[in-house]
Amino acid sequence: MIQFWTMLGLWLGALSTLAIWSFLYKDNPFYKIAEQIFVGVSAAYWLIYTIYNILIPNLFSKILTDPLANWIYFIPGILGIMMLLRIIPKFEKLSFYPLSLLIGTTAGISLLRFLKSDVLSQTTATMLNPFSSGNLAVIIGQFIIIIGTITGLVYFYFSKKHKGFIGYNARLGIIFLMISFGASFGYTVMARISLLIGRLQFLLGDCLNLIK
Amino acid sequence: MNHILPLIITFLAGLLMIVSEFIPHKPFERIVSELEIWFMIISGFAIILGQLSLIKMNVLKIQYKSENWKYCVVTLISFFIMLIAGLLWGTQNQGGIIGSGESLIQSIGSKPFDYIFDNIYQHLMASMFSLLAFFIASAAYRAFIARTLESSLLLISAIFVMLGNTSIGTSLTSFLPENLNFLHLPTISAFIMDYPNLAGQRAIMIGAGLGIIGSSLRIILGIERSWLGGKK
Amino acid sequence: MKITTIDRRWIFLFILIGVGLPLMLPLGFKLEVTPNVQTVYNLIESTPENKVVLLSFDYDPASKPELHPMAFGIIKHAIDRKQKVACLALWPMGSQMVDDVYQNLKKEMPDIEYGRNFINLGYKAGGIVTIQAMGKNLKNVFPSDANGTPITNYSILNSIHTLKDFAWICSFSAGTPGLKEWIMVAKDKYNIPVTGGTTAVSTPGFLPYLNDQNQLTGLLGGLKNAAEYEFLIQRKGTATAGMDAQSVAHIIIIAFIVLGNVAFFVSKKRKKD
Repeated sequence: MIQFWTMLGLWLGALSTLAIWSFLYKDNPFYKIAEQIFVGVSAAYWLIYTIYNILIPNLFSKILTDPLANWIYFIPGILGIMMLLRIIPKFEKLSFYPLSLLIGTTAGISLLRFLKSDVLSQTTATMLNPFSSGNLAVIIGQFIIIIGTITGLVYFYFSKKHKGFIGYNARLGIIFLMISFGASFGYTVMARISLLIGRLQFLLGDCLNLIK
Repeated sequence: MNHILPLIITFLAGLLMIVSEFIPHKPFERIVSELEIWFMIISGFAIILGQLSLIKMNVLKIQYKSENWKYCVVTLISFFIMLIAGLLWGTQNQGGIIGSGESLIQSIGSKPFDYIFDNIYQHLMASMFSLLAFFIASAAYRAFIARTLESSLLLISAIFVMLGNTSIGTSLTSFLPENLNFLHLPTISAFIMDYPNLAGQRAIMIGAGLGIIGSSLRIILGIERSWLGGKK
Repeated sequence: MKITTIDRRWIFLFILIGVGLPLMLPLGFKLEVTPNVQTVYNLIESTPENKVVLLSFDYDPASKPELHPMAFGIIKHAIDRKQKVACLALWPMGSQMVDDVYQNLKKEMPDIEYGRNFINLGYKAGGIVTIQAMGKNLKNVFPSDANGTPITNYSILNSIHTLKDFAWICSFSAGTPGLKEWIMVAKDKYNIPVTGGTTAVSTPGFLPYLNDQNQLTGLLGGLKNAAEYEFLIQRKGTATAGMDAQSVAHIIIIAFIVLGNVAFFVSKKRKKD
C-alpha cells in the first residue's frame, strides 16, 4: 500500500513540475490550475504552522493551563483578535492599536540595529590602512574599497546637483556600482540555474532513474 | 484626532526599545522582554489575517463572477483540503483534533498534510522558481547589450564572475604558471567580488541603512503615518 | 530565423538540454576551495566537543537545491566533531526542512539522536524581534520543541538559557528574516560568532560583513560553495553532482549574451549603412 502511495507521490510531483513548466510554451489552464493549487496550499500551510508553532505553545497553552498566573497573555490575545477585525471594514480602525505596537517595536529595533551593523560597523570597516598588506593586489584592492565606498555614497547624495567635483565623484561611483551589479547578475544566474538543476535532479534522477 | 492613541503607542514602543538598549536593567528589561513575546504572538495573528484576506478576496471574485473566477474555486478547495488535513490529523510533529493519524501513516507513509506538502506543494514551489532560470537566459540574450561604458562594465564583470564561479572557469586557466596566477579566472572573479563589488555593496548598505534610520525615526515621532491610511 | 529574432522557446530548450545532459553524463571538472568556505569549515573544526550550536533554517522549498546541501554538510560536520545541534526556523517551511535533513541524515549517521545531540525547536514568527527575545531568554520563546514536548525534557539544552550560551550560530538564509538579522542581533549585540549559507542571489550583499570586525565568520554562497563544503567534508552530495551542469549552463548563457550583442551591433551597422 505504501509503495502505491510513494509511486503516486512521484507522479504527482512530476505532473506538478510539468504543469508549471507548460507555461514556458504558452499560458494554459494546466499552469493556471497548478498556480492556484500552490496559492491555496501555501496559505493553509502558513495557517497550520502559525497555530501549532506560535499560538498554541506561546499563547493558548499558557492561558488554558494557568489563566491566573498567565493573565498578562490575555492582552496580546485581545490585541491579536483586534488585528483580525481588520478584515471587517466597520471594525478596521480597531486593528490600528496592535499594528501601532508592531510598527513601533520594529522601528525602534531597526533604528538601533541598522545604525550599529550597517552604518557604524561598515564605516569602521572602510577605514582601512591600505598599506597593511605587502601584496600589491591587496593594496590596490583596499584603495578600491575606500574610493569605491566614498564615491558610491556621493552618487546616492541627491540633495546637491551632480556637477563639477561632486559630479566627477558620482560618475566614478556609478562605475563601482555597475561592476557591483554585474557581479550580482553573475551570482543571480548561478542561483536561478541551481533551482533548475534541483528540478532536473528530481525528474531525471528520482522519477526516471537516469542519474547515477 | 482619532489616530492620536495609535501614534502614542508607536512612540512609546519605539522609545522603550531604544531606551532598553542603553539601560538594560529593570524595569525596561522586563517590559521589553514581555513586549517581544507579545510581538511574536500578534505577528502570528497578522499571518492569520493574511489568510483570511485571501479567502475573502477569492470568495468575492467567485460571488461577482470576475475574470478567471473559476480558478478561485480551485484555490479555495486546495486551501480547505490542506487546512482540514492539518487540523484533523496534524503535521509530522504535532497531533491533530482526531489524533496523530497512525493508521494513515501506516497506509500512505505519512500524514495527509505532510503527503500533500512533500508530493505536491514542494514540487509546485520549486518548479515555479526554476522557471526563472529560463527567463534569465532569455533576458540575458535580449537585454544585456553593451550600449554604454556603464553597461559594458556590468557585462564584463558579470562574465568574469559567471566563469570564475564554475568548475569550467577553474579548468580553463589551470595551466597558468604561479607568477601569472592573477590571470586565473577564479582569481579575477574573487578580486572583483572582494574589492569593487564590496565597495559598491557597502555604499548601498550604508545609504540604505541611513534611509532606514531616517524612516524609523519618522515613524516613531509620528511624522510618517501612511500605515494609518495617510495623514488625517 | 534571423539571429536577432530567436524565439525565446529555443533558448529555453537549449538551457534545458544544457543543464540536463551533464547531470546524466558528468564531465568531472575539478573544484577549488575558496577562503570564505574554508573559514566556515575552520570555525566548526575549532569548536570544542559537547558545545551546543544553533542552526536557523530560514528558507523554503524554493531554495532547497542551494541551501539543503549546505545544511546537510554543516550538521554532519558538527555531529562528527561531537557538537550538539539545535535547529529552529524563522520561516514556516523551515521547520519541515529541518525534519527533512534529520530524516535523511539518520540514514547516514547512526550517531545522531533526537534530544541528545539534535533537536528541532520549530518555527517562530517575528524575525529580528524574536531573535532579540532569544538573546534574553530562549525558553520564553521556545517553551517546547517542534513536537510540542517541553524542552526541559531534553538534555541537549540543559546548559542553554540565552543565545549567548551557543558556541556559534549558522543561518541558512533565502531572504528576510535571515542571516542579516542574525548578524545584527547575535553578532553585533551579543558578540556570538555567526556564519551562514545564502542563496547566490544574496551572496554579494553579504560580502561587506566579512570584515575586520568579523561580523560574519565565513560564508557559503550558492551551489558552488555548497559543493566546496561537500568536498571538504568528503561527502558527495547533490551540490557536487550539480556543478558540471552549472558550468555548462553558464557557458550557454554567456554564449547567448555574446550572440545578443553581435546581433545588436550588426543590425546597428546595417541601419547606419
